Amino acid sequence: MQGAPAMQRYSIFSLLRNALSHHERWQAAWRSPEPRPAYDVVIVGGGGHGLATAYYLAREHGITNVAVLEQGWLGGGNTGRNTTIVRSNYLWDEAAHLYELSLKLWEGLSQDINYNVMFSQRGVLNLGHSLQDMRDIHRRVNANRLQGIDAEVLNAAQVKAMVPILNTSPGARYPVLGASLQRRGGVARHDAVAWGFARAADARGVDIIQNCAVTGIRRENGRVVGVETSRGYIGAGKVGVVAAGNSSVLAAMAGLRLPLESHPLQALVSEPMKPVIHTVIMSNAVHGYISQSDKGDLVIGAGIDQYAGYGQRGSFHVIEGTLAAIVELFPSLSRVRMNRQWGGIVDICPDACPILGKTPVRGLYFNCGWGTGGFKATPGSGFVFAHTIARDEPHPQNAAFSLERFTSGYLIDEHGAAGVAH
Amino acid sequence: MLLIPCPWCGPRAESEFACGGEAGIVRPGAPDAVSDAEWADYLFMRTNHRGLHREQWWHAHGCRRWFIVRRDTVTCRIDGVEKMGSAGAAP
Ligand SMILES: Cc1cc2nc3c(=O)[nH]c(=O)nc-3n(C[C@H](O)[C@H](O)[C@H](O)COP(=O)(O)OP(=O)(O)OC[C@H]3O[C@@H](n4cnc5c(N)ncnc54)[C@H](O)[C@@H]3O)c2cc1C
Ligand SMILES: [Zn+2]
Repeated sequence: MQGAPAMQRYSIFSLLRNALSHHERWQAAWRSPEPRPAYDVVIVGGGGHGLATAYYLAREHGITNVAVLEQGWLGGGNTGRNTTIVRSNYLWDEAAHLYELSLKLWEGLSQDINYNVMFSQRGVLNLGHSLQDMRDIHRRVNANRLQGIDAEVLNAAQVKAMVPILNTSPGARYPVLGASLQRRGGVARHDAVAWGFARAADARGVDIIQNCAVTGIRRENGRVVGVETSRGYIGAGKVGVVAAGNSSVLAAMAGLRLPLESHPLQALVSEPMKPVIHTVIMSNAVHGYISQSDKGDLVIGAGIDQYAGYGQRGSFHVIEGTLAAIVELFPSLSRVRMNRQWGGIVDICPDACPILGKTPVRGLYFNCGWGTGGFKATPGSGFVFAHTIARDEPHPQNAAFSLERFTSGYLIDEHGAAGVAH
Repeated sequence: MLLIPCPWCGPRAESEFACGGEAGIVRPGAPDAVSDAEWADYLFMRTNHRGLHREQWWHAHGCRRWFIVRRDTVTCRIDGVEKMGSAGAAP
C-alpha cells in the first residue's frame, strides 16, 4: 500500500471541529494517484456500480490491489444523471431477489461507508390506469409477497389520501384505479453514492483514476492481460467492465458482441418549491415519474428515445410528452417552471434485465444492461460482481444473469415491471 | 427531434416515424442447420457502435414504407437515406 493516510471519519464531531477552522482543513475524500504499471483487478468505469464493485472487492474479498479507471469524472455517467428511484418490486424471482439484495444493502449503506447517501424510504407508488394495469399490479404484488418483499395494493381513495394533488377524479384523462406501493422503496442522493463508495474504496487502498479512458483490451491466449488507456498501458490480472451506455464499445475492444442497444434517456428538474409530493409516483402507462428532492425540486423522468444514441441528449418531443402526462396527473403543477434538463445513455437489454458475469475471454467480466433502472441496484450489483470477479464464478444471486442466457433462451422478461420504468 | 428525409415524402419530423433498429441483419439459413449461438447472434446481438450507423425507419404516419437511414449515433447527423432493396441497401 502506498501509504494512504487513514481516512478521517465523518461525524457530528468532525463537523464541529472543521467548522472551527472554517471548513478549510477537510481531508480530500480520495487520493488521485498516478496509475501503477499493473493491478490484480482493473475496473473500467467509475460510476456507482464500478466504485461499489471495487469497495466490495476490498471489503468482502480482501483484494485491494485494484484500480478504477474513469474516462471523465466520478459519477458523470448515468449515476449522476438518474432520477434516483430505489425499489425491489420486480416480477420474476431472479430479478426481485437481486434488487432486494441491493435494497437491504441500501438500508445500512450510509453507516457502512460512513457517508450520508440520503437514502430516504418514502415509498414508491406504481399507478394503475386500466383494469389490465390493475391485474398486472395484483399479480406483481402477490409475486413480491411470495418472494418476501413488502408490497401492497392501494385503491384510488388510498392513493388520493397519500398524494392529495394527484387527479383521481373519474373524468381524468388518465383515471387512477389504484396503485402498488412498496413502502421500503424511495430515493437516494446519486452523487453521494459515487463519492461515498469512492472514498470507502480509496480508504481500503483502491486507486481511483479519473480522466483515464480505456481504449483497448489486451488479450493473450484467450486471457485478458491488461488495458490500453489514454494514460498508457496498465496490466491487469482481471478486468471488470462496468461502462453502462458504452458497454458495447468496450465489448468490441475484446472482440465480443452484446445484446445491447444504447439509447438516450432524459430527466428534468423544476425550480425548488414547498413540499407537495412526499413519495415517489410512477406511471408506466404514460411514461411519467415524479418525486420531490429534499431541496424542493420536482424530479421528473421521461421514456427513452426510440433510436440508438451516444450523445447524452435526447429529443424535445419526448420530454414534452412526459410533461403533458404529468400535467394531466397533477393539474396544479401546470405553472411550475423547469430549471434543467439532461440526458444519459442507457444500455437496453432485450429482456430488460442486466448482464452480470463472465465472458468467453478468461479474466474478463461484464456488468451491464441495467438500462433505465440500475441506480437502485448499485450496492447489490457491486456486491455480486465483486464476488464474480474474486471467485471467477457468479454469486448465486447473479448466476441467472449470464450472457449465455441469450443462447440458452433462459430470458428473464421484466418488461412488465421494468420496461419503461426506473 | 430528428428531421428525417423519407425517400418518398421528403424531410419530415421524427414523430411521424418509428425506428426499426440496426439494418442489414440477415436471418440465418436452414433452421435445423443453425446453431444456438448463431441464432442468438441473429436475434439479440447488435453492433451498437459509436459513429455512422445504418438503421431501418418506418414512415408510420406517412407513406408507411420502410427505408434505411445512415446516421451518426454520437452527433445524430443524418448522412443519407436508401430505399429498401436499392443497390446500397442490400441486404
Ligand atoms: C435520465 C435517467 C434516469 C434514470 N432513472 C433511474 C431511476 O430512477 N432509478 C434507477 O434505478 N435507475 C435509473 N436510471 C438508470 C441508472 O442511472 C443506471 O442504470 C445506473 O446509474 C448505471 O450505473 P453505472 O455505474 O453502471 O453507470 P455509469 O454511472 O454510467 O458509469 C459508467 C462509467 O463508465 C465510464 N466509461 C465509459 N466508457 C469508458 C472507457 N472507455 N474508459 C473509462 N471509463 C469509461 C463512463 O464515463 C461512466 O462514468 C436512470 C438513467 C437515466 C439516464
Ligand atoms: Zn414517407
